[in-house]
Amino acid sequence: MNLDDLEELAVKYREEQGETDREVRVCVATACHSSGAPAVIEALEAAGAEPAADGARRCKVKGVGCMGLCSVGPMVAVAEPGADLRESDLYKSVTADDAAEIMASARSTDDATVERLHCPNDMPFFTRQRWIVRENSGIVDPDSFRGYVAVGGYAAMVQALSEMTPQEVINEISTSGLRGRGGGGYPTGLKWSTVAKMPAEQKYVICNADEGDPGAFMDRAILESDPHRVLEGMAIAAYAIGANKGYIYIRAEYPLAVERLKTAIRKAKRSGFLGNHICETQFNFDIEIRLGAGAFVCGEETALMASVEGGRGHPTPRPPYPAESGLWGRPTLINNVETFANIAPIVSNGGAWFAGIGTEKSKGTKVFALAGNILNGGLIEVDMGMTLREIIFDIGGGIPEGKAFKAVQTGGPSGGCVPDAHLDIGVDYDSLKTLGTMMGSGGMIVMDETSSMVDVARYFMEFCMTESCGKCVPCRTGTYQMHGLLDKIARADATHADLALLEELCEVVQATSLCGLGQTAPNPVLSTLRYFREEYEEKLAGSR
Amino acid sequence: MPRTPPATQVRVVTLTIDGQALSAREDETIIEVCRENKIPIPSLCWMDGLSIVGACRLCVVEMAGSPRLSAACSTRVAEGMQITTNSERLQRYRRTLVEMLFAERNHVCSVCVSNGHCELQWLAQTCGVDHVRMPYRNHAYDVDSSHEMFRVDHNRCVLCTRCVRVCDEIEGAHTWDVMGRGSDCKVITDLARPWGDSDTCTSCGKCVQVCPTGALVKQGTSVGEMVKDQQFLPILARRRHIR
Amino acid sequence: MSGNRVTVATAWLDGCSGCHMSFLDMDERLVELADKIDIVYSPLVDSKTLPEQVDVGILEGSISNEEDLHKAQEFRRHCKLLVSLGDCAVNGNVPAMRNPFKLDAVFERSYRDNVDTQPQIPTEGVPSLFKTVRPIHGVVQVDVFVPGCPPHADTIYYILSELIGGRTPDPSQVTRFGA
Repeated sequence: MNLDDLEELAVKYREEQGETDREVRVCVATACHSSGAPAVIEALEAAGAEPAADGARRCKVKGVGCMGLCSVGPMVAVAEPGADLRESDLYKSVTADDAAEIMASARSTDDATVERLHCPNDMPFFTRQRWIVRENSGIVDPDSFRGYVAVGGYAAMVQALSEMTPQEVINEISTSGLRGRGGGGYPTGLKWSTVAKMPAEQKYVICNADEGDPGAFMDRAILESDPHRVLEGMAIAAYAIGANKGYIYIRAEYPLAVERLKTAIRKAKRSGFLGNHICETQFNFDIEIRLGAGAFVCGEETALMASVEGGRGHPTPRPPYPAESGLWGRPTLINNVETFANIAPIVSNGGAWFAGIGTEKSKGTKVFALAGNILNGGLIEVDMGMTLREIIFDIGGGIPEGKAFKAVQTGGPSGGCVPDAHLDIGVDYDSLKTLGTMMGSGGMIVMDETSSMVDVARYFMEFCMTESCGKCVPCRTGTYQMHGLLDKIARADATHADLALLEELCEVVQATSLCGLGQTAPNPVLSTLRYFREEYEEKLAGSR
Repeated sequence: MPRTPPATQVRVVTLTIDGQALSAREDETIIEVCRENKIPIPSLCWMDGLSIVGACRLCVVEMAGSPRLSAACSTRVAEGMQITTNSERLQRYRRTLVEMLFAERNHVCSVCVSNGHCELQWLAQTCGVDHVRMPYRNHAYDVDSSHEMFRVDHNRCVLCTRCVRVCDEIEGAHTWDVMGRGSDCKVITDLARPWGDSDTCTSCGKCVQVCPTGALVKQGTSVGEMVKDQQFLPILARRRHIR
Repeated sequence: MSGNRVTVATAWLDGCSGCHMSFLDMDERLVELADKIDIVYSPLVDSKTLPEQVDVGILEGSISNEEDLHKAQEFRRHCKLLVSLGDCAVNGNVPAMRNPFKLDAVFERSYRDNVDTQPQIPTEGVPSLFKTVRPIHGVVQVDVFVPGCPPHADTIYYILSELIGGRTPDPSQVTRFGA
């Protein structure tokens, strides 16, 4: 199969979708799903089944992926086929009772909208984003293989298989400057070429979907909205490094994403886009799903591999790195969901195109999850280098209830907070490190003036304490002790000596822990101490 | 990290440890070279003959040119390495790590059967831990005496997993494993059943011998078990008298 | 009492008095020490009040009740240098073995389960027990820690000699937890 054959197939699938003037798209990702999207779909379909007036537009109801504005779900978009969110009539907080009204408006030939539910599509939340990873989110039906192919899906894979050598694929990825989106920021091209150079016959590709940071849901939304995009990225990676087997390690707490992945894998296999002789080539690649049982540490790659193998999910010292000795001792490529989701557009449009987006050392876009005290909570995708102020105040709409901004926590329990004074920094891998935090996988928790920073530090320390695997001494016992000290400070029971001990423990745990979980566990404490030390000191009793 | 068998052809490298120029085979780890050359590095989970887990972190060393510390047990030597094993900073870290171990469980040396031949006790002394600055966790752990020859006292366990590894890698029984998370971790026999009910335990006692503390001990060694049985005396005396 | 001699006070909190016994085990060296120190307050001597200023305070035992806490704070106030003598003072040791249990369970065990005749829990004239037994440095600042159960007489002699000589002793050289 070559690109022409695929385009023929895409045309066929587009025709199959039938004559439709407008699509009524309902978000069926977790946030909207749990706030009532299934009932909305049902009601819309019932309304659509009612006979329409002569000359009315033909409308079709469609379940689609995440549109981003999760805080006001369920979201519904009325659009012409192929149009994106900015070209749609958007409705927020839709209930089943609103279905008839929306359907009527969608069918009507004048451009009237349902004002009551209307959500302007020209607000900065939509206009300031750039969708690469999420270009199909909110547009395609995540359960439809044909729908994905119809919008040009799998073209990058077919192009790679039919027109490019593995080395050429790796070159494009290297040129693109793509770096690991899980938080580490390791150059993806370099990782791929390292695994590709390993002489072993058996190699593996793993997709790390064990997203566990509190407040982060980027990977979940990608998998729920556009699962084929991730499969395509994994297949291209497997072709580039010479692997024939892939695993998606996903947490069992993401049942919807797991279901959609299962469906996607099944349909791709049935259509010959996964499995043996993919698209009638010599390339074989199969993907299996492995469910994590909810341990945060299993997002650490050595622990993840131990868990995939069926062992106890705890980390082991590196080196050896997975690229050299990974799953069952074989060279293994591990990338995050969002990294894989970036691959297809890079292959299709070329690495140079991607490298033109973003900052000097951080290319492309990044998906962020906005949570906490913020007006437009949800998922956004913006160019690397956009300032925190733009993200929080322009796109995010600022702080609700007229309260003042205090800080934003980035990087989850491994990161730190950024106060107002530093909000004008452009977000990328390197910039946030200078502030003592990190970009991480993309979680952003916004806090208003009522938040206590000691409580924030204590919360994250409690998270690390309960998620410590218990293998190494500093993380296992240090997080317990640090949590105890933070609790004592929060209760206004502590002395200056306790604060000094806390700072010392931070240093020891950071320097001596075995894996990233322990090494970064003190970060929220160090960061809140750096910017809000007075909040700690206010709570200290006079020293003994 | 799996133990790799000695390769047939290995190169020899030279490196500096604490200012001392040394040569080593390139497949050796830093801790092996230190032990060979009598350079004292504290360690707890590492044991010659067992696989390497890098869990206790007591053997961390400084390496010139690297901002991060390296565990001497899980780092192989390389040409030109410059290693510091005993800086003021490392001493401070080790002291804190040992303190944290003492604070975690109920290590009461004075009433321990391993008093005087315990690696944790010895580590405290050599690292200069004369008191523990942080509060004790004071969590109750059980004691399993169901095995006819051995006993496990979880109050004294440091989770070094030497027992787990020796049972799996040397004895081949894999009776021991670890369950739980964080400080609630616990070494268990079979699927957390009493040791005495274990189907897999061969009663070889290797776990007891490698345990650094008084967590795994032979039965009959505690003070309470040293009961005297003097019933024989009146019986024998009476019989002799009759004769 | 000679003005040049170092004044020493000792007290026995929640412990077995073994550390004081070990102190007496210095035997003939006590005579030599008697030339250099004055024991101004101790279970070993008659005086019942702690003087205003004491050079060296030595505490045996852990902090288990109100009385222990009061005594430790008093020592801290009156002594220039405070020494934690023995494992109970340094880390809680045997008295702290009750910590994993609830206080009620401890009372039940001590005053009912293990008593044959007329078991009762004493409430009159006894200081109230704390929920958690703490080492001395858990309640006041301590300057010198001397682990051991009990620390050997040689250890105590070494520590005292160093302190009298105005030097900082290094107890790790001569003693350890449980020694």
